[in-house]
Amino acid sequence: MTVLAVADHRRGSLRDVSYELVTAGRQLADSTGGDLHVAVISGNVEEFGEKLNLDGVDTVHTVANGEEFNHDVYAGAVEALYAELDPTVLLMPNSVNGLDYAPAVANALDLPLVSDAVDFDYDDGLTATREMYESKVETTVDVDADQVAVTIRGGEWPASTKAGDAEISAFDFEPEGELGSRVLGFEEVVGGDVDITDADVLVSVGRGIEEEENLELVEELADALGATLSSSRPIVDAGWLPPNRQVGQSGKVVTPDVYLAVGISGAVQHVAGMKGADTIIAINTDPNAPIFDIADYGIVGDLFEVVPELIEQFN
Amino acid sequence: MKILVTVKEVAEVEDDFEIDGLGIDEAYLEYDLNEWDDYAVEEAVQIAEAGDDVEVVSVTIGPERSEETIRMALAKGADRAIRVWDDAFEDVDLLDVAAKTRLFAAVVEQEDPDLVLTGVQASDDGFGATGVSVADEVGFEWAAVVNELELGEDVANVRRELEGGVEELTEVDLPAVLTIQTGINEPRYASLRGIRQAQRKEIAPMGLGDLGLDASALDSPIELTGMREPESESDATIFEGSAEETAAQLADVLREKGVGAQ
Repeated sequence: MTVLAVADHRRGSLRDVSYELVTAGRQLADSTGGDLHVAVISGNVEEFGEKLNLDGVDTVHTVANGEEFNHDVYAGAVEALYAELDPTVLLMPNSVNGLDYAPAVANALDLPLVSDAVDFDYDDGLTATREMYESKVETTVDVDADQVAVTIRGGEWPASTKAGDAEISAFDFEPEGELGSRVLGFEEVVGGDVDITDADVLVSVGRGIEEEENLELVEELADALGATLSSSRPIVDAGWLPPNRQVGQSGKVVTPDVYLAVGISGAVQHVAGMKGADTIIAINTDPNAPIFDIADYGIVGDLFEVVPELIEQFN
Repeated sequence: MKILVTVKEVAEVEDDFEIDGLGIDEAYLEYDLNEWDDYAVEEAVQIAEAGDDVEVVSVTIGPERSEETIRMALAKGADRAIRVWDDAFEDVDLLDVAAKTRLFAAVVEQEDPDLVLTGVQASDDGFGATGVSVADEVGFEWAAVVNELELGEDVANVRRELEGGVEELTEVDLPAVLTIQTGINEPRYASLRGIRQAQRKEIAPMGLGDLGLDASALDSPIELTGMREPESESDATIFEGSAEETAAQLADVLREKGVGAQ
């Protein structure tokens, strides 16, 4: 079989998931002794092409067209490459950009789409592992089709790093007609007064805090510990803390010595931002909360009982 | 202008639950409006409140039970609603992206909206793909993961929330499908007056035949074959005891790490 994997990049750098796609793609290609093709579209494709010349990659297709991601260019280029290579599996990232073109490509090519796969294998057809109900269950799906589109979750496969001897091939592609969307620029989310990426100790608060006025309790804890206050996404969505306090995939990546997660369940998007902390401590009522999977220490209990006791210990 | 908002009633799973075959035992499920869709509804209603002559139509795929959820969208200000269901759905374990696309595309073609808003993803099956797939199917433009929206005459100016605290500013031609990220606005609670008014608003039932489709529209090559609780990889030290005891043990660990030492 042939596997075609599409790399992801932004503002001049390949994103980590690009290297993970190579590992995932090689895993699939190996199961049938097939070829792995990698496509990189837009930006400095020559430089990206060299970086993607990794062990296990047979061909890197470089598509020079524009600087940054544009979904019309990506969708058109992937569809054109698909027509030429006729791959069994089309692999794309379940990144924000992947969410913006992969479903359109799958629909245009009439391919079944398995999104956000965390594992798979191929034996007469694709069997993929996905999570449902906010990671509370893991499911298996079988795909009864000759060809399939799959998007993979970032961080689930190790990154490929070993250099290879792939053929690097320029692929000519020009989108037809005018583009229906135009990227006008980028902006960083405002910095604000505090840089949580600098903090040695973070007390981070999540949905479990329930009400805005209860934040005071966690602020008091942060004060008592000499820590900086951060949060998971729902707290920022609710407007209770500014965006510069958000830890996670769409927020900041933090690497403090100690990360104390209070009332945070530990959704993958949050974990992506804090798993690099030296010591992770969780306080949560749900013993099955995914935060305990990565925690070093935990208390299964009601934060409204535990936190006041903890403040007491330090005052 | 007409805005179509797709909404989904999602099942939320209690902390402790049991799996029964390929599903979760009903006793452990609670049904609610998908969180992302709540923001999409709010965005549509805010556009309607800011402009003249804007109609907001809400559409869902779901059994009769889901009328309770779609009434939330009506109570928050949607003008009318469509509920797509058919006996043929009863036998389907997993409605895949392509099947949902066929259903919603048929609704879009009937309603001919200027703008379609959907949540980025649903909290139950989490495909995160239907909106963009529908856009491709009906030939609309689109943008995924939108956390700010400003409508112009023929274009939508959006911000797309990328990873790592970066936002992309993009101009999208209308008509378009936008998938809405949480945090774009502050969804309102349905007022008592809104809830009363919603009782009088129309929820039009639509079967496959009404959409010009038949049961083959639900065919999917993707089959759900297994469901299990993820194995815990936890090697955390869990402190046991009362709040006072566990807090004291945790305080010892924190002090060891030098936390709280002024």
